[in-house]
Amino acid sequence: MGVAQNPTTTLPRAGVAQGQKTGSFGVVTTTLDQAVNWGRTRAMWPMLFGLACCAIEMMATQASHYDMSRFGMELMRASPRQSDLMIVAGRVSRKMAPVLRRLYDQMPAPKWVIAMGDCASCGGIFNNYAILQGVDEIVPVDVYVAGCPPRPEQLLHGIMTLHEKVMQEKVFTR
Amino acid sequence: MSDYQSVIESIKAQFPDVVQDVVEFRGEYTLVIEPAKIAEVARFCRDADGLEFTILSDIGGIDYYPDEPRFAVSYVLFSLSQNLTIRLKVYLQEDSPRVPTLTDVYSSAGWPEREVYDMFGVAFEGHPDPRRILMPFDWTGHPLRKDYPLGYEEVQFSFNYDRVKDQKPSPRE
Repeated sequence: MGVAQNPTTTLPRAGVAQGQKTGSFGVVTTTLDQAVNWGRTRAMWPMLFGLACCAIEMMATQASHYDMSRFGMELMRASPRQSDLMIVAGRVSRKMAPVLRRLYDQMPAPKWVIAMGDCASCGGIFNNYAILQGVDEIVPVDVYVAGCPPRPEQLLHGIMTLHEKVMQEKVFTR
Repeated sequence: MSDYQSVIESIKAQFPDVVQDVVEFRGEYTLVIEPAKIAEVARFCRDADGLEFTILSDIGGIDYYPDEPRFAVSYVLFSLSQNLTIRLKVYLQEDSPRVPTLTDVYSSAGWPEREVYDMFGVAFEGHPDPRRILMPFDWTGHPLRKDYPLGYEEVQFSFNYDRVKDQKPSPRE
């Protein structure tokens, strides 16, 4: 029982199936900005680290039910050298702050930062001496995701918002 | 099996002048010890027959500000063979509180003593590694002291938006 005997796969789909078989897609014109930004957004690898309870929601976003790999985030990279996106999921203590900044410095440009949750955005409920009052004190943040913790839909919306922002970037001026 | 009364009596018999007070609260017993002798009392509690408090469960610091003596350190000891828990407690004066270390008696005392030092500034004399453990090493002050400022940052609203924004640190790209 091969796949080819399935009648739905044997039908040619309009505009796609023929080109896929032969490798000849024809000609598409676009701008360099759009092409590069398309590549950047559709394969934006986040860094694998979590700091607090928001990381649980980040894991849920990554897992099969919400499935961040739908948006090109196939896998979290355990090394900053291979990451494009830093999702700061949780509160950052002042002892952790130099470590976080060092990780950010080790990421290759272009790189983006999402501050996930209230603690990473502004300190949240931890308005005291030990917690950084927003991770934007040490790294430049592109998107803030509110919530305590944000649900996976909210994080996905933050990632979509970041994609929109990246699509507006000029490649040679950043 | 010993009970609390026999345990406390044997400690008091061994150290008649060192045990300053015995406090009972809801079935928990606390022995107030002279600070300079805490290591000897702990060693006796660990080794003596019928006591055998071989586990140091925890070390806690207390700040009684503004009372005097201001600081206290409490040691929670547990005996597996007797199934008993007692607490040893020392009271320390406000200026330069210091107490001998228990690391010679219980090797597990190292990190809890570092934590008490970090949070309350109680010096443990003879500790092999007397650094901070929770706060950054270059931190000044001891955060769990009651006169330590909480480090409140002003909340940003529309009426003070610009002022708070100007005070807030921001990173270089």
